[in-house]
Amino acid sequence: MMKEKTEILINSNQIEKKEKSFATIHPGRRRAEKAFKWISRIMTWSTVFILLVLLYHLGKEGWEYIDWQFLDSYPSRKVAKAGIKAGLWGTVWLIITTAVITIPIGVASALFLEEYGVKGKIGKLIEINVSNLAGVPSIVYGLLGLAVFVRWFNFERSILSGALTLGLLIMPVIIVATREAVKAVPDSIRFGAYALGAHKWQVVFYHVLPVALPGIITGVILALSRAIGETAPLIIIGALAYVSFVPESVMDEFTVMPIQIYNWASRPQEEFHQLAASGIVALLALMLTLNFIAVFIRIKTTKRNIQ
Amino acid sequence: MNQENIVLKTKDFNIFYGEKQAIFNMNLDICEKKVTAIIGPSGCGKSTLLRSFNRMNDFVPSFNCNGAIEFEKKNILKLDPMEVRTRIGMVFQKPNPFPKSIYNNIIWGPKIHGHKVNYDELVEDSLKKAALWDEVKDRLNESALELSGGQQQRLCIARTIAMKPEVILMDEPCSALDPKSTIKIEDLIDDLKNDYTIVIVTHNMQQAARVSDYTAFFYEGELIEFDYTDKLFTKPSNKQTEDYITGRFG
Repeated sequence: MMKEKTEILINSNQIEKKEKSFATIHPGRRRAEKAFKWISRIMTWSTVFILLVLLYHLGKEGWEYIDWQFLDSYPSRKVAKAGIKAGLWGTVWLIITTAVITIPIGVASALFLEEYGVKGKIGKLIEINVSNLAGVPSIVYGLLGLAVFVRWFNFERSILSGALTLGLLIMPVIIVATREAVKAVPDSIRFGAYALGAHKWQVVFYHVLPVALPGIITGVILALSRAIGETAPLIIIGALAYVSFVPESVMDEFTVMPIQIYNWASRPQEEFHQLAASGIVALLALMLTLNFIAVFIRIKTTKRNIQ
Repeated sequence: MNQENIVLKTKDFNIFYGEKQAIFNMNLDICEKKVTAIIGPSGCGKSTLLRSFNRMNDFVPSFNCNGAIEFEKKNILKLDPMEVRTRIGMVFQKPNPFPKSIYNNIIWGPKIHGHKVNYDELVEDSLKKAALWDEVKDRLNESALELSGGQQQRLCIARTIAMKPEVILMDEPCSALDPKSTIKIEDLIDDLKNDYTIVIVTHNMQQAARVSDYTAFFYEGELIEFDYTDKLFTKPSNKQTEDYITGRFG
């Protein structure tokens, strides 16, 4: 009995010794591990902190003017009477038109490139160019939109011109996101479907697309969020800074919230700066609402997909 | 050696992947409503040949072949691959149910081909044949991904049966399963051969001995020996076969 105990003691002593010697051989490893964790933690929280500070300031400055009257009035020289109605409706019209035009084209192109594919060097060239397009400054798209849609197609300074221009801007984002989502669908599902005698379109439509859908929707949300915040290309194609009507068709002239905000922020009076803050709060609210709707759709489609 | 009806017949069949030849002058007969096992060491081309029977090799870009595979007097290589795959079903190495409900997994194949059948009956019938009905009959609308690995594999077999194929190809169907599920699948194969011709590729020699009527031994892309399973495992006529089944290599 005693002997056994002592043996165990000796053993545990040896283990401790071993652990110690391990720690002394690699003294830097644990410290590096800790340091890495803390650096990552600080970086993460600092971005959250900056966002919170931003939201706090906006809220403090903008809250005063946010009310129904602000949302339901056209811009005015008098701060108390000014509102964002024209920009709000312009943005809603523009984003819906952009989505309707861009989503089908972007998703279909990505499916074609990924599933059917353009072989060889041309395929590689297309792939590289689509990725490059995602990095082109937005003002360049504005110039293109001005030359092609406004002047050449004669769509004037309409919502349609704006939507087509923004469509060009976000198309690469949608294509890249959709391709990634499609690539992530396991081949075993495709082969399972082929082994039942399915044609390619059936495999893509019934299996690849539903599985890839959550990823595609995420990409679309990101792309449309970017489009909502765009100002430069719309100024170039001639969206108006002062609008006192709500668009009634895609051929109407328009303004959008970011342009309205920019317009207010560039005035000398302090009150208009507060009005700009209110506009930003409204813009953020709209963006979050759209995102929320998209997330809701995503959850719904994922569930249906399983059944 | 056999007088039975031959369903599938390869004639001087060669397979190439780019420059590399994977199958050499294959002449193999598959008999109706029997289980034929293909054994051999890794890389001997057994899965490659199996995947040629239902044209699944068409998806490999460098794949190339010559010779013929006869199926009901027609050359499979000249038929429409979609057509071939509805007649010759396949069960894969890893269970690959669709991320849909159990019910929809079964009816999807018949549905896209416009088979006018009573789907409820089809589901029940297929699941019963795959020995899965009792385990899942109360949750047909739940996701197939909730099933265990062995159940998923039997669901894949049920999905294949629902197409009413003549031949079922099985590519190492138990290699991703535990021993208990393996026994269930082997019992199932024994039942299925009353209605279907089965070709099974396996790494596991005991499995081949247990489930098959005929066994083909492949080595480096060539058919070394093909005989009744009982005979091949007890009195192999070829030295290489003997070495392999007694565990001297492979």
